[in-house]
Amino acid sequence: MSALDFSTKIGSKRFSNPIFTASGCASSGQELSQFFPLTEIGAIVTKSIMVKARTGRATPRMAETPSGMLNSIGLQGPGIDTFLEKDIPWLVEQQAKVIVSIAGESVDEYGVLARRLRSVPGISALEVNISCPNVENRGQVFACNPDTATAVIEAVRRNIGGELPIVAKLSPDVTDIVEIAGAVINAGADGLALINTLLGMVIDTNTMKPKLAGKTGGLSGPAIRPVAVRIIYQVHQAFPNTPIVGMGGVASGRDALELILAGASAVSVGTATFGNPKAAFDIKNQLEMLLLEKGFTDFRDAIGFAHRGI
Amino acid sequence: MISGKINQFASQISAEVISNKKVGPYHHMVFAVGDMAIHSKPGNFVAISVGGEQSSQILRRAFAIYRALDKGPMGGSIELVVAPSGQGSKWLCQRSIGEAVDFVGPLGTAFGIPTVNANAMLIGGGYGSAPLFALAELLKNKGCRVDMVLGASTANKIYAPLEGKRSVSSLTLTTDDGSTGIHGQISEAIPRLIREYGTEVIYSCGPMGMLAAVDKIAQEFNLVHQCAVEESMACGIGVCMTCVIPIKHEDGIKMVRSCIEGPVMDGSQIIWDRKAVMDGL
Repeated sequence: MSALDFSTKIGSKRFSNPIFTASGCASSGQELSQFFPLTEIGAIVTKSIMVKARTGRATPRMAETPSGMLNSIGLQGPGIDTFLEKDIPWLVEQQAKVIVSIAGESVDEYGVLARRLRSVPGISALEVNISCPNVENRGQVFACNPDTATAVIEAVRRNIGGELPIVAKLSPDVTDIVEIAGAVINAGADGLALINTLLGMVIDTNTMKPKLAGKTGGLSGPAIRPVAVRIIYQVHQAFPNTPIVGMGGVASGRDALELILAGASAVSVGTATFGNPKAAFDIKNQLEMLLLEKGFTDFRDAIGFAHRGI
Repeated sequence: MISGKINQFASQISAEVISNKKVGPYHHMVFAVGDMAIHSKPGNFVAISVGGEQSSQILRRAFAIYRALDKGPMGGSIELVVAPSGQGSKWLCQRSIGEAVDFVGPLGTAFGIPTVNANAMLIGGGYGSAPLFALAELLKNKGCRVDMVLGASTANKIYAPLEGKRSVSSLTLTTDDGSTGIHGQISEAIPRLIREYGTEVIYSCGPMGMLAAVDKIAQEFNLVHQCAVEESMACGIGVCMTCVIPIKHEDGIKMVRSCIEGPVMDGSQIIWDRKAVMDGL
């Protein structure tokens, strides 16, 4: 139907459309494939994988909040060996575009993960999650300090080789996001994923104790969307040539367009999937209609449109 | 146990309310669901959007299926017993006949049915009794003896509709306040009943504390115990990883999703002691 070029690029890689899943909100795709064909969206961003299998935190791990939720999973996952053995071959078989998200406890671990993934066929990019708030020591969030953020991205760059684009996933819980973004771009990141969850807390007034077993958790959902829009806008203004994968409370095509106008080259759908299994698919269709309605013929003309002079 | 493709029978549909009746503190609701009823088995659940399109409640609510009929007068239907306890369930209970509600289902594991006739005891706490009546019917049709034990804090919180009673060989009630049936906690009555009825397999559904107490008894009597667990859940389809249950594993503890590997699980595999879980993580 459309005269719209809906494709987008992250580094050297092209995606058929700009709607992705968000890491940690789509597992490795299998669960969602019952509800829509995974090939219909731009890419599946898999749940951040670590070197070893990880049990994660105790329950309760979830608290619903107004237009949002807190989660405190603690990066539960099977570890890189099982992931490469089971999840990647399945995704490749589905012909889905895959962005693998990685998380490490140390700079070295990120390097190990990059080395394991460098020659795996069927991967389009690497998301380097340096901003998960649900780690034992909040001081270890690499994305909260330009030096540690740089160290991780340099380690990944050294180990990944030339082809695979690196997308650094940053935390909104910093004073100067532009400084951190600049640091990871200098260290070799091809793109940025903005934003991870914000650290939050809920206290149950019946038990008078924190609701989550891990006490704090990451806030996501529409409640955080204005924060995402502001951060994407600021970072795109400072680094207009660096592609941004935007995320944060996108629940409709309109919401996706908002992040794109702020400067996102692609948009990940996260928490919305919990409420609607085919959210990413619906949002892709809604966004396509909206762009056509607004007269765009090339999706890329909409990226950062809000920055342009009147 | 899960087999085959994850969520393989699940679909997302708009389900019309065809009946909504208040029964004690609960609502018995019937929804027209078409083919969703065909694959719905006792133990499965549905995840429902609440609050309407502009709602600030962004997560689905999970409800155990009370009964599914694939060829009712309105086509396929699913029945639920809803306790209006939180904002979401209150909203659902306020739906009128003809209104549409967004369903995802059927989800999760179902109660396993013995391959040979066995004496089954079905234990339900509060509205946790909901999925047990369809199970009772299934077991009775297979030729099993079905003894049902339902407990709650007080008499009107026991959900035991007349038609449900037809499928059981015996029905025992317990209340914490003694307002009906045996005075005391449900778990106190179980050992005597197991001996009396020659129970060989236990099915349970209700609050986690009750399930833990029932499992302890099941292990003492060396009985198979299938329980439907409950944990805070965001998605119901296996992607959020919030609804996990700790089970025994060679390396210590494994967290499995109660929406995929559950809600019906083997009670003997679950680590019920919270302190052991906290120490083991």
